[in-house]
Amino acid sequence: MTNPMEFLLWTKGPMFNWAIAIFALGMLARLVEIFWLGRKTNYAEARASEWGPGFRTMITRSFADAGTFKRSGFDVLVGWIWHLGFILVLFLFIPHIELIKSVFGVAWPGLPNPIIDAISAVTLVGLVAALVHRLMHPVKQHLSTFEDYLTWGVTFLVVITGYLAYHRLVNPYPIALGLHILSVEIFLIVLPFTKLTHMFTAFIARWYNGAIFGRKGVQS
Amino acid sequence: MATQKTLGESLREHGVTRRGFLKFCAATASMMALPPTMTSAIAAALDKARRPSVIWLSFQECTGCTESLTRSHSPTVENLILDIISLDYHHTLQAASGDAAEEARLAAMKENWGSYLVVVDGSLPGPGSNMGYSTIAGHSNLDILKETVEGAAAVVAVGTCAAFGGLPRAYPNPTGAVAVQDIITNKPIINVSGCPPIPTVITGVLAQYLTFGTLPEMDDYKRPLAFFGQSIHDRCYRRPFYDKGLFAETFDDEGAKAGWCLYRLGCKGPSTYNACATMRWNAGTSWPVESGHPCLGCSEPDFWDAGGFYQALSVPTANATHTLAVAGVAGAVVGGVAAAVAKKQQRHAVADREPVTIEQLEQRL
Ligand code: SF4
Ligand code: SF4
Repeated sequence: MTNPMEFLLWTKGPMFNWAIAIFALGMLARLVEIFWLGRKTNYAEARASEWGPGFRTMITRSFADAGTFKRSGFDVLVGWIWHLGFILVLFLFIPHIELIKSVFGVAWPGLPNPIIDAISAVTLVGLVAALVHRLMHPVKQHLSTFEDYLTWGVTFLVVITGYLAYHRLVNPYPIALGLHILSVEIFLIVLPFTKLTHMFTAFIARWYNGAIFGRKGVQS
Repeated sequence: MATQKTLGESLREHGVTRRGFLKFCAATASMMALPPTMTSAIAAALDKARRPSVIWLSFQECTGCTESLTRSHSPTVENLILDIISLDYHHTLQAASGDAAEEARLAAMKENWGSYLVVVDGSLPGPGSNMGYSTIAGHSNLDILKETVEGAAAVVAVGTCAAFGGLPRAYPNPTGAVAVQDIITNKPIINVSGCPPIPTVITGVLAQYLTFGTLPEMDDYKRPLAFFGQSIHDRCYRRPFYDKGLFAETFDDEGAKAGWCLYRLGCKGPSTYNACATMRWNAGTSWPVESGHPCLGCSEPDFWDAGGFYQALSVPTANATHTLAVAGVAGAVVGGVAAAVAKKQQRHAVADREPVTIEQLEQRL
């Protein structure tokens, strides 16, 4: 790789293939293992349905209750802001939709670029605020591991390189775009092996909790 | 060779008025992003410049670059500049043929040793590949290039094939094509890429060289910054639509009719550096994006292999769907095996469990 275009084509070609292969292999291996290990057969008589409470908990656990909010409002608010921003930019920016269409064959309408731009700026601020809080807060500092910083780092890289590429702040542009694609690839590669898997497992876990309570006829 | 006359003398002989000449110089100054005050300096320099001998070599090419050059709007000074340089060898344009043509090349080299310009269009089969893929008068492109460049002042690689390998180098590159800069390392090289390059860019680069007698300021690809310093996207008149997020989805929808951005239809403008958006084609009539077609990225290396012309820039060039499916299945198998092993261990653990008695526990304490 000796020039910007070669770098971009490498990230769009062979490297993308590697990243997506490692991601799909790792993620499916984990999910299949989780599902297959699953639960032991429950011989107790079910008191109520699993499905309704399962889905309800998926939603209710996504929102903090009043007590939690009072105790750690910052975490809840900042967490919500940047997670939501990340998801919106990921799924509603036109170039991302084009990419999804080319790989999965499905597409949907996107948001206008200026709105996406504003959302990514807010997301960036949210991510920085989350890191600063983690570094300043004595308890969080104590609890944080290398993995926490690693996952923050790769997430931040994805957003910041995307922002720089969109605004063409790195020249020449093939380098800017290539860096963004490369950081997404790094994100995809580390995803199955770190806590980033919660992107896929968080809702399964919430459903699972709700379903157990539902079956036992307990208020979840 | 008729290189004794100055450019000014030749232009006057061709009936070019002072006014027309100054207009050309002003345009050249503006192309090179020089202040208008430089116009008279350029005029003075060009007026006194000797007609440089130019040897034009054509290798693995489609003649599109020469076509482009000859279609520069005539009779403009740009055209005349080409009449005025002493084009001593050019397959397509010269009258001589056979031995006479080859002798003209050798004679031009001898007479202008050390000061002639070599212009190349087309890539050439590189060392290590079959030289028979492209020969002239029984000599390989490689031999002719090396021989001709020997006494040259500088080499101008015109077109993406000469500059970066272009179409002949596209995967799987059957002729082992390489660019001029892959072979020539001991002479100054100016790459004027484009498939083909804009005629006024070709003449502009030559004029710049004649005016200053030095190499222009260049980017990492050895392209003159005056013409390749800005991306198509940065100068595109559809850019406000891109910035507002308004995209044509098909070639004939309402967005396309309203002139919205062509990103979704495959426009490579954001990653392409060329002067189309500012200088335009056909004597400034229009340019591809203005006529409703996405930019293909023709002035960039490997643009033939950079994914589909009608696929958005963000789309991967590899077949990601296939990779995803295969890796997904492999992952499912790995996950299945891991789960099976874990279940087996669980079963064994239950079967092999040795109950601990109170006595044993107390002994441990
Ligand atoms: S048409 Fe192409 S070059 Fe013009 S703004 Fe859209 S993406 Fe950029
Ligand atoms: S618009 Fe793009 S593809 Fe078309 S000539 Fe210009 S640089 Fe080449």
